[in-house]
Amino acid sequence: MSGVMKRMGMIFRAKANKALDRAEDPRETLDYSYQKQLELLQKVRRGVADVATSRKRLELQLNQLQQQSSKLEDQGRKALALGREDLAREALSRRAALQQQVTDLETQHTTLQGEEEKLTLAAQRLQAKVDAFRTKKETIKATYTAAQAQTRIGEAFSGISEEMGDVGLAIQRAEDKTAQLQARAGAIDELLASGALDDPSGMAKDDIQAELDRLSGGTDVELELQRMKAELAGGSSQQAIEGGTGQGQSQQQPQDTPRFDKQ
Amino acid sequence: MIVRIMGEGQVKLDDVHFTELNELDDDLLREVESGDEAGFRRTLSTLLDAVRRLGTPLPDDALEPSELILPADEATLEEVRELLGDDGLIPG
Repeated sequence: MSGVMKRMGMIFRAKANKALDRAEDPRETLDYSYQKQLELLQKVRRGVADVATSRKRLELQLNQLQQQSSKLEDQGRKALALGREDLAREALSRRAALQQQVTDLETQHTTLQGEEEKLTLAAQRLQAKVDAFRTKKETIKATYTAAQAQTRIGEAFSGISEEMGDVGLAIQRAEDKTAQLQARAGAIDELLASGALDDPSGMAKDDIQAELDRLSGGTDVELELQRMKAELAGGSSQQAIEGGTGQGQSQQQPQDTPRFDKQ
Repeated sequence: MIVRIMGEGQVKLDDVHFTELNELDDDLLREVESGDEAGFRRTLSTLLDAVRRLGTPLPDDALEPSELILPADEATLEEVRELLGDDGLIPG
C-alpha cells in the first residue's frame, strides 16, 4: 500500500510529465512554462494585495464598532445619571451585542493576517524559483541536444510545476477565505449603516441557545449597571449631565428623556 | 530523498529515515480513507514534525523535484481526499 505522501508525489510528477509529453520541442515547453510562471507570480501578488485590502477593511470596521461601543457606554452612563435605568439597560444590551461582533471580527482579522503572511512567503519562494528556472532554461537551450537535455529539462520542469501547484493551492485558499470575509464585511457594513444589531453571521440559533445567550448577556448588563451605580454613588459630583439634575435615581423625568440617535 | 511540505517548501532527508516515515504515511492514508478526523490530525502533525526535525531545508531557488509531498499543516481531511483524487485541487 502506498501512503499519502507517496501518492501525492506521484500525482504531481504525473502532471508534470503529461505537460512535457505534449510538447514537440522541449525548448518551447521551457519558454511556455516560464510565461506561465510569470503569470502565476502576478496572480500571487494580486492575491497578497487582495488579502491586505480585506484586512484593512476589517481594521476599519473594528474601529467603527469600538467607537459605537464607547458611545453606547456613555449613553448608558448618562441615562442612569438621569434616573432612566430602562434606557441604560437598553444601551448596555446593545453594547454587549456590539462587543460580540468585535470579538468575531478580531478572530477573522487574525486568520486573515495568517493568510497574508503565508501568501507573502509563497510569493517570495516562487520569485526565487522563477529566477532560477529562467537561468536554467537558458543554459539548457544553449547546450541543447535532445538526448542529454531531456533529463535536465524534466527535473527543472518537475521542480517548478510542483512549486506552481503548491502556490496555486495557497492562492485558492486565500481567495476562498477572502471571499467569505468580503461577504461578512458587507453584512457588518449594513449592520453599521442601519444601527441594527442582529447577528450578521446568518447562523440560526436554537431557542435553548438563544435563551442561554440572553441569560448570560443579561447577567453582564446587570453587572455593568451595578458598576455604574457604584461609580455614581462614589463620585456623583463629577457628573455633568446636560439638562439632568443628577439626583434621585428612581425619579422619572419624562420631559428630559434622553433620545438615542438613530444612525 | 527530497520531501515537499506544501506551503512551506522542500527539505532533504536521509534515506535512513524512510522506514519510520513510511509507517506514519500508511497510517495517514488509512485515516483519510476511513474519515478518522482526529487520527488524521494527530498523524499528519507527527509526520510533519518528524520531517522538519530530521530534514534540512532546501534553498528557495532549488529546482529539484520532490519524491514525496505532504499536505500543509492546516489541510483538512477533505482537502487531502481531493488532492489524492488527481484533480480539483492541483492546478495543471
